[in-house]
Amino acid sequence: MSGLSAVFHGGRGRFDLDVSIEAPAGAVTALFGPSGAGKTSLLRAIAGLERYAGSCTLAGQVWQDERRFLPPQRRAIGYVFQEASLFPHLSVRQNLDYGRRRAGAATVIGFDAAVALLGLGPLLARRPGALSGGERQRVALGRALLSQPELLLLDEPLSGLDRAAKDEILPYFEALTQSIALPVLLVTHDIAEVERLADRLILLAAGRVVASGPLADLLTAPEFGLGTARDAAAVLHGQVAGYDAADALTSIVVDGRSLLLAGRAGRPGQGVRVRIAARDVSIATVRPSASSILNVLAATVVAILPAGDAEMVVTLQLGTQTLLARLTRRSARELGLVPGQAVFAQVKGVSVLAGPG
Amino acid sequence: MHFLDNLLPPITLTLSLASITTLVLLGVGVPIAWGLSRWRWVGKEVVAAVVTLPLVLPPTVLGFYLLLLLGPDGPGGALAALWGARTLAFSFVGLVIGSVIYSLPFMVQPVRNAFDAIGERPLEVAATLRAGPWDRFFTVALPLSRAGILSGTVLAFAHTVGEFGVVLMIGGNIPGKTQVLSLAIYDYVEALQWGEAHLLAGGMVVFSFVVIALTMLLERRLRQETA
Repeated sequence: MSGLSAVFHGGRGRFDLDVSIEAPAGAVTALFGPSGAGKTSLLRAIAGLERYAGSCTLAGQVWQDERRFLPPQRRAIGYVFQEASLFPHLSVRQNLDYGRRRAGAATVIGFDAAVALLGLGPLLARRPGALSGGERQRVALGRALLSQPELLLLDEPLSGLDRAAKDEILPYFEALTQSIALPVLLVTHDIAEVERLADRLILLAAGRVVASGPLADLLTAPEFGLGTARDAAAVLHGQVAGYDAADALTSIVVDGRSLLLAGRAGRPGQGVRVRIAARDVSIATVRPSASSILNVLAATVVAILPAGDAEMVVTLQLGTQTLLARLTRRSARELGLVPGQAVFAQVKGVSVLAGPG
Repeated sequence: MHFLDNLLPPITLTLSLASITTLVLLGVGVPIAWGLSRWRWVGKEVVAAVVTLPLVLPPTVLGFYLLLLLGPDGPGGALAALWGARTLAFSFVGLVIGSVIYSLPFMVQPVRNAFDAIGERPLEVAATLRAGPWDRFFTVALPLSRAGILSGTVLAFAHTVGEFGVVLMIGGNIPGKTQVLSLAIYDYVEALQWGEAHLLAGGMVVFSFVVIALTMLLERRLRQETA
């Protein structure tokens, strides 16, 4: 396979890891879990910054096994740390050049392309001390890319930033993850980042893999706790069907069903990723005839799980994809919901997360 | 001119001794400081204590042992035999060896502090950008420690310029050969030649002030650059 495959076990210092993970090329795999779950330790082990027993292979090159352990400088990684960690004694341009000069041919991205992709042009002559947090992280990302990595490791690259800086830098990350064909591992504890950037998800807890798989599956799978979380949401893949200029509504087709959302979102035919929060979905057993809610989708109840004292989360099958609905216990009882039942999901809010996903 | 003929030799001797000692210390002290900063070996604090010892030992005690080491019956004598001399004591080479040991803590301490202050992160970043250990040392660790290395250099130089006890013990007080500034001042005072003593002592005060002031300005600039 052309991706990463890593197995680590045993303790090192304060932490025990016992994991086996894979990350395919051309996809963003998020490592998600509470702090202390071992996300960063796992990333550092893959980079060779810490040594755990195990093995690590990227696209057929063995970086670590029983006999071998390559130091970080001999692994084709691009690593972005939580704090940007730019070299303070070098200008932005010299920072970008540091890895580029030590790497071989520009197999991933050239200097001009990286500068254009990340909007670094106006920053080149400046010192890291004169940059904002978001700018620093963009430079760090550019520096990592210009070392021509075969694997990109992002260790909570957005967590040190405030809301405004995150909003500023997220589009760059999206542009990046869509334009390069590397395997990308993203460590985060923010589910919003996962929903927006990841294609695959690995759930970690206490140094172990709890679950792994495609993002949409894990977000809605009831057994891992994400679906019953207060801010739970489903991520669905669809395609823009058209735009109604008169009412300023975009219609998106998800598994043959049409969803309308306010505003313009993408060109017709474009693939999009949409997020529907469990709180924004209610259930009716008959199709509502008069309602302000535009999006009413036929669905099948898959499972009903308690979420807190007063509420339940219902997973709904929508063709091949899954939707979550959060209702009160009383509503669930009064509707008499049972698995297998055909219902109508009323969707109050839909947001577009990103382009092709 | 006769006046200057007597004053000049101790000045040039002192400056060349301090310069050579500082250069040797940069070569010896910076690697030691790096080791003390990065080794995970428990015994490293023993090494650190040995390096710091000259800071607290009376110069006469240090000078006494150095005299034994450099003398004809010590390893210094064996070394001197290589070029046909009998001893390293009472020679310029002996003074350099003594000064290097005497001023070692003044170089090692600030440089080690500077290396400690960098932390692991910049070196890890450099490693992920394909830089090997030597590359990381020269392109990241040294430039980020510039201010500390400058402090160590100036302190070691100034400390060597002001040396008295150790030089007296291992160098004797041979005019033109091992008579450094502070010894010359002492002799002038002994001989009640106040004029010469004033010139040398006053010159030292001005020189020291200029060096310290320039260093502080330069250090401030270096720190701003790497902040």
